[in-house]
Amino acid sequence: MESSIQVKDKKWANLADTLLNYALYIILGIMILVVIIIEPSFVSPKNLIKILSQASTRGILALGVAGLIVFAGTDLSAGRILGACAAVSASMLQSVTYASRMYPQIQEIMPKWVPFIIALAAGLIGTILVYRKTGSFQFWIPLVTTIATGLYYLFSSGTMTIWLPLLFSIIVGVAFSLLNGFGVAKLHLHAFIISLGSQLIAYGATCIYIDSQKGGAQPLASLDSQFIKLVNGSIPINDSLNIPYLVIYFALCSVVMYIIWNKTTLGKNMFAIGGNPEAAEVSGVNIVKTIMQVYLISGVLYGIAAYLEAGRIQSVTTNTGLNYELDAISGCVIGGVSFSGGVGTIPGVIIGVIILQVINYSLYYLNVNAYLQYIIKGLIIILAVSIDVRKYIKKK
Amino acid sequence: MFKKESDELSSEFVLEMIEIDKTFPGVKALDHAQLKLRYGSVHALMGENGAGKSTLMKCLFGIYREDAGEIRIEGKKVFFENPEQALKNGVAMVHQELNQVLQRNIMENIWLGRFPEKNGFIDNRKMYDDTMDVFKSLEINADPRNIIGKLSVAERQMVEIAKAVSYNAKILVLDEPTSSLAEQEVEHLFRIIKKLRDEGVGIIYISHKMEEILRISDEVTIMRDGQWIATEKAEDLTIQEIVKLMVGRDLTNRYPPKTNVPGETMLEVKNLSGRYMPTCQDVSFDLHRGEILGIAGLVGSRRTELLETIFGIRTRESGEVILRNEAGELHPVKNKSSRDAISNGFAMITEERRATGIFAGMSVTFNAIIANIIGYVKRGFLSTKRIAGDTQWVIDTMRVKTPSHKTPMRSLSGGNQQKVIIGRWLLAKPEILLLDEPTRGIDVGSKYEIYQLIISLANEGKGVVMVSSEMPELLGICDRIAVMSNGRLAGILDRSEATQEEILTLAAKYI
Repeated sequence: MESSIQVKDKKWANLADTLLNYALYIILGIMILVVIIIEPSFVSPKNLIKILSQASTRGILALGVAGLIVFAGTDLSAGRILGACAAVSASMLQSVTYASRMYPQIQEIMPKWVPFIIALAAGLIGTILVYRKTGSFQFWIPLVTTIATGLYYLFSSGTMTIWLPLLFSIIVGVAFSLLNGFGVAKLHLHAFIISLGSQLIAYGATCIYIDSQKGGAQPLASLDSQFIKLVNGSIPINDSLNIPYLVIYFALCSVVMYIIWNKTTLGKNMFAIGGNPEAAEVSGVNIVKTIMQVYLISGVLYGIAAYLEAGRIQSVTTNTGLNYELDAISGCVIGGVSFSGGVGTIPGVIIGVIILQVINYSLYYLNVNAYLQYIIKGLIIILAVSIDVRKYIKKK
Repeated sequence: MFKKESDELSSEFVLEMIEIDKTFPGVKALDHAQLKLRYGSVHALMGENGAGKSTLMKCLFGIYREDAGEIRIEGKKVFFENPEQALKNGVAMVHQELNQVLQRNIMENIWLGRFPEKNGFIDNRKMYDDTMDVFKSLEINADPRNIIGKLSVAERQMVEIAKAVSYNAKILVLDEPTSSLAEQEVEHLFRIIKKLRDEGVGIIYISHKMEEILRISDEVTIMRDGQWIATEKAEDLTIQEIVKLMVGRDLTNRYPPKTNVPGETMLEVKNLSGRYMPTCQDVSFDLHRGEILGIAGLVGSRRTELLETIFGIRTRESGEVILRNEAGELHPVKNKSSRDAISNGFAMITEERRATGIFAGMSVTFNAIIANIIGYVKRGFLSTKRIAGDTQWVIDTMRVKTPSHKTPMRSLSGGNQQKVIIGRWLLAKPEILLLDEPTRGIDVGSKYEIYQLIISLANEGKGVVMVSSEMPELLGICDRIAVMSNGRLAGILDRSEATQEEILTLAAKYI
């Protein structure tokens, strides 16, 4: 039945489809080329490393937001949650020599009761996990003692005081993210609405926390030098090239998330729910549990990103994290995580975040007017989403 | 295989559903419904649209919870809160609407909800091998790594069936599994069904295709208006008896007397094809003034797409739509958009009333006048008085039962909603009405009123094109019946010569 004209049409349609699928990368590639033509010095290993390390914390944030977009949702609160977590981290990490630090006695309190509580909690969680896996309690004594000894060693050697704030940061991130998850899974709110609300709550809580310092509201600064080294240090490759730890942290988080998305039941269930919730339901997937688990993972990533961000900017204020969620969301969208749900990849997210940072940095590098930068970034996001949507529009 | 020897509770039935009640707001969907399924048998569940077959199955599968009644599996009382529990207790189901994750591949869809794991990670190797094993035993040829969204509807249907079989269930529910299958694939499915039956699986088979039912099933249960009507051995039944039990009254009384007389040709459709799949291909017919033209066909024969192409919702690739006025002058119309079509005198009532017909939360008034809203603008504002007048006209002419003009549309019954929608289009004064399944999901009483309405519209000289999946309805009120098959027109039958068998033969012509 098919005439040769139709076949030709089909070939064109296929080519058009392919172009459409990669249109984003093509356009952005052209943009980068333009930058290089204007300013050839832009492409240097140093600049690329700089871009990568700037993209790191927001990249980790984007890894968290991406899963929520796969559910056909979003997270407007990611930035403010990061702010809250960063404030908690920074307040516990102020240098002991800094006179107006938030917790003057932190060194004295910690070694006494905190390790005890933490060792106990870790031991109990470990025991429960073992019990759920094996169905017996026989490992509980060795488990608790091992974990407690390990933790006590870390505390007494002083390194734990740096790592402990990370734990608190993650707890705060998880608490806020689970609030969002509860709203989506149980209250059946759209993610936009619940995160619109929780974003305000997180901001208010951050302000109250920062305001509660003895000296009134002041930036949480003068952070512990060991901590700064942990975040901003780098591995030297040769004289001119260093690989920042931040990039390594981002890479580690990406690998873990790649495994979760592609190699675990949780990841597959997440895509199923995002693609077709009814299909997931009638196939016996526990929708509430899956959504809550994905939100929990996002919370953990927010906590990690916040901890690193505190060390990166070295001064946390009530405005820390402002609009970070928009960068994270745009990174995801540019990387092909579809707002219609069920579609997205971790490499896509990483590329999206890096491309966004390349644009940011190149605009800055070309000395483009700061206000004009906003306009250009806005246009790029609109372009990205309208191309993304075209792929899924059914032609009638 | 699943028979229990000397258990006191056990009986000859693998599944008993007794006195099941289920009420949705405003509708009693199930009224003391019952179903008893024997081990190793195929049990057909029959009834008109809206008789409660799917609702009963959804209660069994834990998607709905019954208000009253008892479900027993192998003699043991069960109550499923969700599909997960149903699946774990040996009930599997192929759903009428294909519930698949289009973005993912075949094997992920088949093992969704029970992915094989190794050390906490998904075991892709095992998933692939297991899928291949299922496919081999069912003689299905497909690569488990293909993306579902790229398969044809028939292939997707076979994947759904393979998935249901892979649960090794005691009870397998097939809800209209052949609606999008061609003859050859139906034979394939029947081989699978027979194999499972011989292994002792109890199979519930829902279908509208009478011949199929009589061929494959051992027993038949017939439902009407949510109630159990009869359960008989298939060999004791004929098609006529089934239809009589399903409908519950003499067929002669179901349709109002036909008083319309077709006149001159008013519309010619010539070689019409759409651009994007799925679409109609090379369809030609004409429509007379005062004529009701039925369009029959199987699900997926693209009848809706034909109406949408005429109405301008779908892009036309080639072909012509020509209007002929009373003086005999020809006017080819492009109908580039629905607005264009409306101004050319077309009106279309869509198939999915809830999704694309009504504004559920808005008032009867809003729903009645929305298609004609520009007509009420007076000095830049809407004239409340004329709106109220026209709303009353719709309520009176269509005999809509509503407490007031302000009543939200969702609290009206399906039949009354449909009347408001027809009234809405009549306010736009169309010459040609395109009706897509105008009586779907409407109770028998209201159907009669809708038929009356359609005939009286034809009496006024309007042309009506009506798509329906209910053949008796088409035979009852249409002057001619066009039969679509796989996007093409298979033939047009005159009322006097049309029979169900002939329509079915034509419907399979291009498959």
